[in-house]
Amino acid sequence: MNARGILLIILFVAVIVALTPVLGGYMARLYEGRMNWLGPVERRIYRLCGIDPAREQHWTGYAMALLAFHMLGALVLYGLMRLQAHLPFNPAHHVAVAPALAFNTAISFATNTDWQNYGGESTLGNLVQMAGLTVQNFLSAATGIAVAAAVIRGFSRRSARTIGNFYVDLTRSVLYLLLPLCLAGALVLVWQGVPQTLAASATATTLEGARQVIALGPVASQTIIEHLGTNGGGFFNANAAHPFENPTWLLNFLYMVAIVAIGAGLTNTFGRMVGDTRQGWALLAAMGVLLVAGAFACYWAEAQGNPALHGLANMEGKEARFGIAASTLFSTVTTATSCGSVNAMLDSFLPLAGMVPLVNILLGEVVIGGVGSGLYGMLVFVLITVFIAGLMVGRTPEYLGKKIEAREIKLAVIAILVVPAAVLGLGAVAIVTGAGQAGIAAPGPHGLTELLYAFASAANNNGSAFAGLNGNTPFYNVTLAVAMVFGRFFTAIPVLAIAGSVAAKKMVPPSAGTFPTHSWLFVVLLVGIVLVVGGLTYFPVLALGPVVEHLALSAGTLF
Amino acid sequence: MLKELRPALSLLAVMTVLTGLAYPLAVTGLAQALFPRQADGSLIERGGHVVGSALIGQSFTRPQYFWSRPSATTPPYNAAASGGSNLAPSAKALVNAVKSREKMLMAADPDAEGPPPADLVMSSASGLDPDISPAAAEWQVARVAAARRIPPRTLRRLVAAHTTGRFLGVLGPRVVNVLKLNLALDARWPMR
Amino acid sequence: MSVHRPQSLSLFDRAILGQATRDAIRKLDPRSLVRNPIIFATALVSVLATVLTVRQGLAGGHGIGVPAQITVWLWFTVLFANFAEAVAEGRGKAQADSLRRTKSEAAARKVSGMDGADPTQIPAAMLKAGDLVICETGDIVPGDGDVVAGIATVDESAITGESAPVIRESGGDRSAVTGGTRVVSDRIVVRITANPGETFLDRMIALVEGAKRQKTPNEIALSILLVGMTLIFLIVVATLPAWASRSGARIPVVFLAALFITLIPTTIGGLMSAIGIAGMDRLVRFNVIAKSGRAVEAAGDIDVLLLDKTGTITLGARQAAEFLPLAGTSERDLAEAAFLSSLADETPEGKSIVALARNRFRLADPDHAELRFVPFTAQTRMSGVDLGGGHQIRKGAADAIAARTDAHPGRDLTGMVERVAKSGGTPLVVARDDRPLGVIHLKDIIKPGIRERFATLRAMGIRTVMITGDNPLTAAAIAAEAGVDDYLAEATPEKKLELIREYQQGGRLVAMCGDGSNDAPALAQADVGVAMNTGTQAAREAGNMVDLESDPTKLIEIVMIGKQLLMSRGALTTFSIANDVAKYFAIIPALFLASYPQLQALNIMHLTSPRSAILSAIIFNALVIVALIPLALKGVEYKPAAAEVLLKRNLLVYGLGGLVVPFLGIKLIDMAITALGLA
Repeated sequence: MNARGILLIILFVAVIVALTPVLGGYMARLYEGRMNWLGPVERRIYRLCGIDPAREQHWTGYAMALLAFHMLGALVLYGLMRLQAHLPFNPAHHVAVAPALAFNTAISFATNTDWQNYGGESTLGNLVQMAGLTVQNFLSAATGIAVAAAVIRGFSRRSARTIGNFYVDLTRSVLYLLLPLCLAGALVLVWQGVPQTLAASATATTLEGARQVIALGPVASQTIIEHLGTNGGGFFNANAAHPFENPTWLLNFLYMVAIVAIGAGLTNTFGRMVGDTRQGWALLAAMGVLLVAGAFACYWAEAQGNPALHGLANMEGKEARFGIAASTLFSTVTTATSCGSVNAMLDSFLPLAGMVPLVNILLGEVVIGGVGSGLYGMLVFVLITVFIAGLMVGRTPEYLGKKIEAREIKLAVIAILVVPAAVLGLGAVAIVTGAGQAGIAAPGPHGLTELLYAFASAANNNGSAFAGLNGNTPFYNVTLAVAMVFGRFFTAIPVLAIAGSVAAKKMVPPSAGTFPTHSWLFVVLLVGIVLVVGGLTYFPVLALGPVVEHLALSAGTLF
Repeated sequence: MLKELRPALSLLAVMTVLTGLAYPLAVTGLAQALFPRQADGSLIERGGHVVGSALIGQSFTRPQYFWSRPSATTPPYNAAASGGSNLAPSAKALVNAVKSREKMLMAADPDAEGPPPADLVMSSASGLDPDISPAAAEWQVARVAAARRIPPRTLRRLVAAHTTGRFLGVLGPRVVNVLKLNLALDARWPMR
Repeated sequence: MSVHRPQSLSLFDRAILGQATRDAIRKLDPRSLVRNPIIFATALVSVLATVLTVRQGLAGGHGIGVPAQITVWLWFTVLFANFAEAVAEGRGKAQADSLRRTKSEAAARKVSGMDGADPTQIPAAMLKAGDLVICETGDIVPGDGDVVAGIATVDESAITGESAPVIRESGGDRSAVTGGTRVVSDRIVVRITANPGETFLDRMIALVEGAKRQKTPNEIALSILLVGMTLIFLIVVATLPAWASRSGARIPVVFLAALFITLIPTTIGGLMSAIGIAGMDRLVRFNVIAKSGRAVEAAGDIDVLLLDKTGTITLGARQAAEFLPLAGTSERDLAEAAFLSSLADETPEGKSIVALARNRFRLADPDHAELRFVPFTAQTRMSGVDLGGGHQIRKGAADAIAARTDAHPGRDLTGMVERVAKSGGTPLVVARDDRPLGVIHLKDIIKPGIRERFATLRAMGIRTVMITGDNPLTAAAIAAEAGVDDYLAEATPEKKLELIREYQQGGRLVAMCGDGSNDAPALAQADVGVAMNTGTQAAREAGNMVDLESDPTKLIEIVMIGKQLLMSRGALTTFSIANDVAKYFAIIPALFLASYPQLQALNIMHLTSPRSAILSAIIFNALVIVALIPLALKGVEYKPAAAEVLLKRNLLVYGLGGLVVPFLGIKLIDMAITALGLA
């Protein structure tokens, strides 16, 4: 560790803290319906689609709309991949994607996971990249934000029946938030060196006379939403480590900001919409504590160097222009959020450093988290926290004046339960079946880590990988897709149900007997609950994976 | 659910056109107009021929060139199929590979001081890393200078000129773009 | 008032413990276990472990020592949880039995009409709601009911502990009688209002008996959370063999069972119903009967407390402050008349008049022989004295005196009476031979210590509102003196109801106490309505608690009991979860040490061997339930303070404590096991 690396973390946190109220205020105006500078376009879209923007939905209607929309989206994406050989904009003449891989990829992008069992430049043509993947990058991100907006409304309304209109929230997220930011951002990317062309490749003759085919494409337009929308599915196989996706140290920094900006901003939006910005800052503080702790832990662990090579700096799987500090910070950020783009190969991190991204994911993607999903995921933990805290101060627990009762706890428990069930259950199936074992490349505990990481990443809709696992087999394509669906929709739907339930409640004004949820004590408790739930669930598998690998490697044992 | 299908389907269509076609095409148009060189891949030409991209590394094996980092793609520096080794630090395969690269490099550069820096023996994440660390360049100076029959001091000056600064003077590592450095080498001390 | 304080029952009464031990085994009945999902799961795992151990025993029994011990401790875990519940039940039952004893075994005399004619003897237990019974001097009232005819003094000490008999009469606000009380004078006809098994006593007895106890809303929510955690751990443990198989580790199922049971929240699971029962029990010992656990829990959430001024904030009895003579009467004459009329008046007001008169004019005791005292009766609403020579002195409310004299009170007198009333006092008119002499000003006296109680409530986040029939000026004066947050002056039943609704609209939970029939709507509307036992049956039906001592400030205790109930559950849940950290550090290295010797690094407690580590963890897990029974029964200490302070304290004690204690406990048990050579 050195001062430059620490300065990088501090600078990053400062930029995020400064941006949060700006974006947060913008989104609050957006989701409170107080923004309409694109009114004409917006109204035309509603008319075209037969949507009545004034008609709000009950949480069940909202959830139905969300499911319908994403099932269709996945279906269309699947069709595009299967038929790409017959469709235009396919300059490299890629063939149809195999059914299992297309299924996995369709689910992956519709659930904001963007797990990639394929190499982008070697599998997909420009049409699929643009009209398929880029579209889902926008829509799955917009959906996450929409659900968060609905949940925020649930907490800010009293005795209400509805929580908003899904189609309106989705459309407004795309129109006012994602598209403008992406248009501007994409140009910054190009300026920094990211290609944006309809050509598939350029051919060069190297100085030593070899022929080098350089894959190109509309990279910038997809890569910006990949990060802003915490999608993480890269244009190229090497993702954000590819010099075309991430050519400079500065752009790498901007990506990290883009990944976190909306998620962090939403905490502020939450605070504003429930009428107390301190509530938002408290959530951000809890997320921030975990994020910064993770960043330092990862940096520290990775900076130790490989003990098997006498502490030689571990540059395996890292790009020279980022170095260890920016690689570990990016990895922490991309896994703390459910982004999952990578600028260094996590599989080659030292065991403890690699455990940080893994733990970030296993905590449930609530450390900032995916756009929208991070906020509502954290709110689930908040409910558990205020429940326990409420009991400990002798009052029926309440959050923001809403009494937290059996129904909310039941839904929160479901939302928390789904992911461990998918990760540990499907992972266990993979370990004991031949089809599962076949995909594990690394011997020893590292192979277990790869597998755990894969299911953790899928079920938490992160999408990054310990890429040594060969996921492009029918077995993994299907099981990972199942994990993604569970992790996305079986958490979003209970959360929407919570939103509907709290929206219908009256609001209890706070008193001295109410436990304040904007204090440091609350932040500490919330962080504690997140760590305890994650820790207790995954301690055994972590012990069997990265922990034992670390202990072995320190003792000089190789696998 | 059925009555949800119509708005869902039509909104999906509208969004596909908007974000899947209009948006990328608009970005493409703007990018080509504003930053045509970057938009097309920062390609470098020499004598009318494309010799590579400033952002994509390439393989160098001759002693008179600075060598790039090891690449895990097949073949190395395959810019149509990027990727890393994905080997764990605890993997025998990795440790053995690093040790054999060390041996190979030290055989090629008997005059270099100490073992080679980490980035010269460990493969990059993309397999296309265009840069090496200044230490890695310095480690190779003796070999290149000898091959080109130029004084190491002069060569060091050229390396320094091709070493990027840090962001805001303090942040980020300093790196040397191997292709650009080698192009400069060829330009100043052409090989006959 | 002779208040009968909570009876002290030693925490572990020998008889209760004996019974509880038997009950703990009786509760192994699956139908009983299934009520508690956590303990039910523990029992299932114990059965599984037993089967496996027996099978291993039949197969030769090599290395069976530790699995057998684990199995035994698994069963102990279940038994200890049962025991905790049984102890709480036993204490509750002891309490209930003392209540039940008061229930009449005697026959009731059922009558057909209000006049009390043709009584027929039937057993009290056969009485149904609507039956009329007659009670005369010496009779035990056979069931809860309303006096519909007559007036009588009733000894309620059996239920309230209050030794002074109280007046019960038809029609008024004091018409309710409770089964088990005894009529000491006169004769009343009572309409029975409760069917057999539905009386307050019956309900209370049900609340302290675990089997019949309904779970409260927060208890249900907590159960869901605990079941959720159990499911998570089920997933963790069930998938562990698969994950471990990669390293070639084979984990005995009994060890997995031990891991599962130590991880799931058995501590809070085992103690939860004991906490609930103990809370009810504590309430009974404060002489409050709750109709449901929900009401007690709601009491902990109260935001607003409506309190009647009289009897709650001020002493029910007022004190004589001054003598106000009418024109033509000297103050001394008035004082003397008041003095004589009050000599035999044992009420606090009477005594205070005597004291004031003595103080001001140094009056000597007269010759009692000449005096014939006329006591206060419900009919005349005055008291006084007949002097020798046919003179009479009477004192009483202005209208009562006016009714007696049949004369229109003079303007002076009316003005004086109104002035006193407006200043917050009560005017008492003194008349001698039908001629009013003047007015005694009885002043409200704020109860000593009440200010502090209100400060306490404020610290707990509860707003106090004084309800009074006084005019706003007086009310404001008294409110300021007493330190309440707000007041409702010139209160009528409608205004009270409206005020409660208003607070509830704002999302606040309101508690109030009341006694009169006209309080019934407000009591029913309030989230927590405490009816005074002296009140009408209507009030008692409307409220969700009855205070047998009729002490309105009792609400503070009720609130504290409600809070304590939740806090105990929260604290033990936190403790339970925090414990898991140490248990993991004991068991995980133990399970995998064979395949990964490196994991010895995680054995930070340096436990002797994998087997002793697992055994220590399961033993600790069982013993901690027993160790915490006293805490569950007594409840977590509650000192009124802001929520943040409470949380900080409880987190430190139960969170941090829960983290540290098992490390020490498991280490000690491991040392003992090693020393004894058990593993």
